[in-house]
Amino acid sequence: MTAAGTNKYDAIVIGGGHNGLTCAAYLAKAGRKTLVLESRHVLGGAAVTEELYPGFRYTVCSYVVSLLRPEVIRELELAKHGLHLLPLQSSFAPMENGDHFATYPDAASTREEILRHSKRDADIFPKFEHLMYQMAYAVKPILGAVPPNPASPGLRGLGTLRDLGKHIQSLGRDTFHDLTKIMTMSVSDLMDEWFETDIIRALFGLNGIIGTKLGPKSPGTAYVLLHHYMGELDGAFTAWGWQRGGTGGVSEAIASAARSHGAEIRTETPVARVIVKGGRAVGVALENGDEFLADTVVSGCDPHVTFRKLVEEKELPEDLVHAIDRFKFRGSSGKVNLALDALPKFTAMAASAPVQMVEICPSMDYLERAYDDSSYGGFSKRPYMDIIVPSTIDPTMAPPGKHVMSIFVQYASYDMPEYGNKDQQRDAFGNAVIDTLTEFAPNLKDIILHKQVLTPWDLEQQIGLTEGNIFHGELTLDQLFFFRPAPGYADFRTPIRNYYQCGSGTHPGGGITSGPGRLAAREILRDRN
Amino acid sequence: MPRKSPFHARTTELCTSQNWQEWSGYFSADSYELDHMREYNAVRTTAAIFDVSPLFKYHVRGRDAGRLLDRVVTRDVSKCRLGQVVYTTWCDDAGKIIDDGTLARFGDDAYRLTAAMPSIDWLQDNALGLEVEIDDVTHDFGGLSVQGPTSRALLQQLTDADLGRLPYFHIIESELAGAPVRISRTGYTGDLGFEIFVETSYAEQVWDALAETGRAYNLQPAGNVALDVVRIEAGLLLIDADFISSVHTLFEVQKSTPYELGLGWTVNLSKDSFVGREALRKEKARGPSWATVGLVVDILALEKIYADYSMPLHLPYTSWTSAVPVYAGAEQKNPIGKATSGTWSPILKQYVVLARVRPEHAKIGSRIFVEETVEGRRYAVPAEVVKLPFFDPARKKETLS
Repeated sequence: MTAAGTNKYDAIVIGGGHNGLTCAAYLAKAGRKTLVLESRHVLGGAAVTEELYPGFRYTVCSYVVSLLRPEVIRELELAKHGLHLLPLQSSFAPMENGDHFATYPDAASTREEILRHSKRDADIFPKFEHLMYQMAYAVKPILGAVPPNPASPGLRGLGTLRDLGKHIQSLGRDTFHDLTKIMTMSVSDLMDEWFETDIIRALFGLNGIIGTKLGPKSPGTAYVLLHHYMGELDGAFTAWGWQRGGTGGVSEAIASAARSHGAEIRTETPVARVIVKGGRAVGVALENGDEFLADTVVSGCDPHVTFRKLVEEKELPEDLVHAIDRFKFRGSSGKVNLALDALPKFTAMAASAPVQMVEICPSMDYLERAYDDSSYGGFSKRPYMDIIVPSTIDPTMAPPGKHVMSIFVQYASYDMPEYGNKDQQRDAFGNAVIDTLTEFAPNLKDIILHKQVLTPWDLEQQIGLTEGNIFHGELTLDQLFFFRPAPGYADFRTPIRNYYQCGSGTHPGGGITSGPGRLAAREILRDRN
Repeated sequence: MPRKSPFHARTTELCTSQNWQEWSGYFSADSYELDHMREYNAVRTTAAIFDVSPLFKYHVRGRDAGRLLDRVVTRDVSKCRLGQVVYTTWCDDAGKIIDDGTLARFGDDAYRLTAAMPSIDWLQDNALGLEVEIDDVTHDFGGLSVQGPTSRALLQQLTDADLGRLPYFHIIESELAGAPVRISRTGYTGDLGFEIFVETSYAEQVWDALAETGRAYNLQPAGNVALDVVRIEAGLLLIDADFISSVHTLFEVQKSTPYELGLGWTVNLSKDSFVGREALRKEKARGPSWATVGLVVDILALEKIYADYSMPLHLPYTSWTSAVPVYAGAEQKNPIGKATSGTWSPILKQYVVLARVRPEHAKIGSRIFVEETVEGRRYAVPAEVVKLPFFDPARKKETLS
């Protein structure tokens, strides 16, 4: 151990992902001497931008922003620190019959496009948007609440439950019914209730499967859809945005806010374990053997790493150990990032729709079939792809006239032994993605300058996401709110005193929300004041 | 019918929204698409192109050109060097503002003044006894404003002029895509940007070259809706919104002086006589009656008002320019001025407002109250006085070495 005086902190945050950085920023803002330790050379965890090919920058994992809590933007003054979100307003989806479906920044043009496919759906669409808006407003207070323990809520927990109950009541009976249904049904059933056109069902429903090893026909997927509609941008619910410079720019903005309050952030400093003495966390030991002491230790890692890697089993109660071991990670998505010499030309391209967001999801059955392919392991032969070409709106991503393409791919599996070793698995997966996309954009293979392919296994190896789950554990009802990451342990504390959790494996869950980081910091400051 | 700008054949093809307004007798696009957001973001992220041809433009030449201008405008024209551009106001005898614009110096005795209003009459009246030639070239030149972080890299592809070294508020004579042009490092956006003035016969040639090269730089045609949001972010005043020209109103209460508008820095009292000098000198000595300030509205307070209606926070998606009262307190009893423009700033994530208030409330950090109407009811929402401009990126003034 180096000199104790210099290595003693009020708080150490393990992991420089966006939630770890958020937690650190709030702790530093409250005057705590705070240290963030990140194992990689770049900050951001899964919210990271890297230049892997000269002049071209990839949003390696996460790629869009919407769920970032507005209170975090305000309280940490993130706009001042470089947060710069551009709304993503146009999308385009090629269909297998050569037609397409597009959405536009203005409601009138989008309505025209829906009309082209179905008069009934065009009339229904505003009502559906209304429902999603209402749901987003309904769940907003839940996102900002510390989950109480329903078994023994205590006074504060009862207060939270009462406030949420009151809020839900104020929404009216119909909204409550809709919310209950959405919490439990499948996204495919939900879409069937609303729309008659298959492509529209598929496109408005596809967010229900993101990051989840469930097909669109599996119950519970409607909630995942809602989770993606909970975002807001400048007061507009359900809007998605692109951070200038990629999602790494969000992490950098939060890091800058943390530093401005005095937090110290070290990269390439992997933590081996939390030092626990007499049931209390007192510091961390690095992989290189160095130790840092702190009154508070916070893990921004996922629940598996937080409880099963950073601390010893003997420090934890049995129920927690079992719960964490049963916590569903099972990463189901991969990522392909491309550097392109030109814009891809889609055969079914609408002349008026820019190639900004592209969905390869021509029907609900396509999506379900993609799931079928992977339900016994392996990956989808023709996968679902959520594609962004950010260089069409953000000049910092690629040289003028060149482009980068971020392709989120589902489904894949953590281990796909039928394709050989990990390198062969990655190649086979990457080829399936590019072959499928080339069916829709024939010039694709000719314009690829560089590619990066990430399977769930790669996401675990490179970013530290257990089994490659992008949300630090699936967003199914049995793993949310009171249950995230385990019943009785959802209030950001752990059975080890002074050891806290602040990653996406805690409430309100995955995505770039900064919610867990903020709530955890508030609980820490409450305990230690 | 309004006149068509020399770029109209091009802009009309692009203006799919058919969202036009009349600007100084010309058709001018409010937004090219129905939604202005892409145009707004182009200004702050890539590059946007505005057709600013309707600006009034005057060439002032001759031995006494500098003297004439010095008589008319509030800035010290003798300090304007060759190749420099200055922003200036001009006033009537009572020191009340008539108009504002930019003054560029092309030669020892050659200047160009731009104006929001027709000014030939005012210039000629003041030129009595001077050896000076005043040409209204408004309709002879098209104007394009290319604004945004990639504007310089884009323009540099089309000209030999070293734009990297062209300092803020300077102008250069050059060729752009083979057309003779004047390019100035100016704009109404508070961002890195340039204005290009070109004779109408070359207008389409210049537009086409910009459009072609601009493709790789995500150049986006943009209109007045986006422009109004960015100019508020930049803390720039708009005539007929934040102030009224003294020749456009008969009522004293509607007139204002440069000092009241926060433009005192454009008034040089030490130079020889100019129109309004005496009145402005007295005003400065006694202290102006109004101060123009930037306000940031407390949106948490606004959110609470909406919550009383079981509604989420609503923010203005576009700018507003209809004056609303500003109060000293929430009880709406003590009016201290008016807010004249406001907008949600997507880049700052703040609700920003330009207001004119009594000077004792103008201190940075002061907390005052702006009227907001929620569901037909008026509320006074707290706001903080902040430094202007709201948005001021380093790139606006930076040169490349």
